[in-house]
Amino acid sequence: MERQKISEKFSELREKKEGALICYVMAGDPSSEKTGEIVKALVNGGADIIELGFPFSDPVADGPTIQVAGQRSLAAGMDTQRYFELIKTLDVGIPLVCMTYYNPVFRYGVEKFVEKAADAGISGLIVPDIPVEEAADLKNSCEKHGLDLIFLIAPTTTEGRIQKILERGSGFLYLVSRLGVTGAREDVSSSTRELLSRVETGLPKAVGFGISTGKQAAEVRDAGADAVIVGSAFVKIIEEGKDVNERLEALAKELKSGIRRAS
Amino acid sequence: MTETKVSEFPAKDSYLNKLAGSQKNLKNGQTGQVKGKYGKYGGQYVPEVLMPALEELEEGYERYKNDPEFLAELDHYLRDFAGRETPLYFARNLSKKYGSKIYLKREDLVHGGAHKLNNAIGQALLAKYMGKTRLIAETGAGQHGTATAMAGANLGFETVVYMGARDVKRQQMNAYRMELMGTEVVPVESGSKTLKDAINEAFRDWVTNIENTHYLIGSVVGPHPYPVIVRDFQSVIGREVKEQILQKEGCMPDSIIACAGGGSNAMGIFYPFIEDKDVKLIAVEAGGKALKCTEKAALHSASLCAGEEGILHGARTKVLQDKNGQILESESVSAGLDYSGVGPELAYLSEIGRVTARYATDDEALGAFHELSRHEGIIPALESSHALAYLKKASEAGELGDVVVVNLSGRGDKDLETVLSLRGGI
Repeated sequence: MERQKISEKFSELREKKEGALICYVMAGDPSSEKTGEIVKALVNGGADIIELGFPFSDPVADGPTIQVAGQRSLAAGMDTQRYFELIKTLDVGIPLVCMTYYNPVFRYGVEKFVEKAADAGISGLIVPDIPVEEAADLKNSCEKHGLDLIFLIAPTTTEGRIQKILERGSGFLYLVSRLGVTGAREDVSSSTRELLSRVETGLPKAVGFGISTGKQAAEVRDAGADAVIVGSAFVKIIEEGKDVNERLEALAKELKSGIRRAS
Repeated sequence: MTETKVSEFPAKDSYLNKLAGSQKNLKNGQTGQVKGKYGKYGGQYVPEVLMPALEELEEGYERYKNDPEFLAELDHYLRDFAGRETPLYFARNLSKKYGSKIYLKREDLVHGGAHKLNNAIGQALLAKYMGKTRLIAETGAGQHGTATAMAGANLGFETVVYMGARDVKRQQMNAYRMELMGTEVVPVESGSKTLKDAINEAFRDWVTNIENTHYLIGSVVGPHPYPVIVRDFQSVIGREVKEQILQKEGCMPDSIIACAGGGSNAMGIFYPFIEDKDVKLIAVEAGGKALKCTEKAALHSASLCAGEEGILHGARTKVLQDKNGQILESESVSAGLDYSGVGPELAYLSEIGRVTARYATDDEALGAFHELSRHEGIIPALESSHALAYLKKASEAGELGDVVVVNLSGRGDKDLETVLSLRGGI
């Protein structure tokens, strides 16, 4: 199945006046076979874009839920080759985004990694431990192979840095809703609203970190977000291992109905 | 006004202006060519949320490193709290045995028992000047955690130290020492439960509490500006050695040997000698059981000798990793050297051949541990024992020249249980 580009997905949603649901799961957790089913369940639940984590042994930007998912994936034998093979087998038409850390990309070879990612049908790349200042090689390779390089903006990001990031980012902007690492939380921070209003860009604004319910998704949408990113809440369901696909689909549905509403 | 102030502080024999001196070396282009880069090594590979904190730290450091008030206060702490300057001790018995003049730089005599306090007190003071109220740190052997706890207690910080759960068990007394000084010790249960995981956890804390918290990194590792800051605070070691050896020998040493995990004691003693090209600088890494790897772990901690270029904990450097870029767990009898990376500047200096990287195995280090205790009445830290082990090897091969300085980075009291357990108890 031909996969959409991220920009195509957002134009389609814009016409429908819908917000996007971006779902994160760790590829290969608990196994490559299960990842296929998991992705299908998320698509059935209304996922617009799926981020598939490539595990790293030392993920400093992630909380314990995703760190442990990475360890499960590595223990099940995930490596760079298998990751790309797995991506190729996923029979979905929505954009897939690879989220990993810089060392696995660097070690494999930046150019080679991006080329293989493009071949496998990846539309974009998120590397949370590479700030714009260090991202020139990665950006060049992504441009060459038609991948979006998605940057994060945090509540601490200064105006000057926001401008630098806006100049270099593509696909969408990943706004970190609060200080801290990934992980589900109960309230949506007021800094989310502030951050959304500080960032003026033509790129879609996606808010992540700490979102786990439809109500939170609706709040974030109301605050002006074009998309929400949800990870740990899905990963937790996978970790619990009970009725996984049904529960993933149900949670995705709930989140999508929250984000769907026009603001 | 300014004149009065300047004349008030005792420039002679003090550490004042010496940080600035070390910066001058940097500008002369010996090492860092671009800000925060050492050749291709160094840089800032951290989550976006941390970038403003690194900028703030860099600005703070630039502002205070030449500030007379800051330097006077640092001077006071280094002298009267840490116990500087430390002696350069002529090891008569070792010298006799190896046929060259061997000097030990006695960082084991710094308050707390290791060189770590030089940096901890410097950074804690900097954090105070920058208005931070909370210190976090991570520790493997416990030496850096202890130094942070001492600085934190003295300067009135809330202090939290992350320590791998395995290391808490290995170094119970150090964990207790920190608690006595009011530091909260948090055992880290994730990953391999050692230093690498404690660092990850400290980064997470920092990301979450960035507004009031300074992350007191204990070695010349991490994103810019940490490698510069730690090196500058530690370079007091080398500056003292330079003066002391000139007084004692009237010449530069032929060789300087220091152990290297992250590399802070090595950079500290090497840095003032980098432009003295005739002085051989040797960094000795932990060779562990052997310079080999299993699929998931290295049997050693020798990143300079056997690592590959990579990115770990915010810097591009030499890293122990597999072909997919997953970081390998390291191994060493010495918890303080047990780390999968190394400082980026050291990686660069080793690559351009200014620093020679060597290793000593666990067994060799244990041999040297016993030898120094027996012959000189000084029990060295297991970290420093690696430098001493290489001294033995290289002396026998005649590689070191006539005057040799070994950095005795710490004392061995903390390691007695480890050594005892390896001997099966007595």
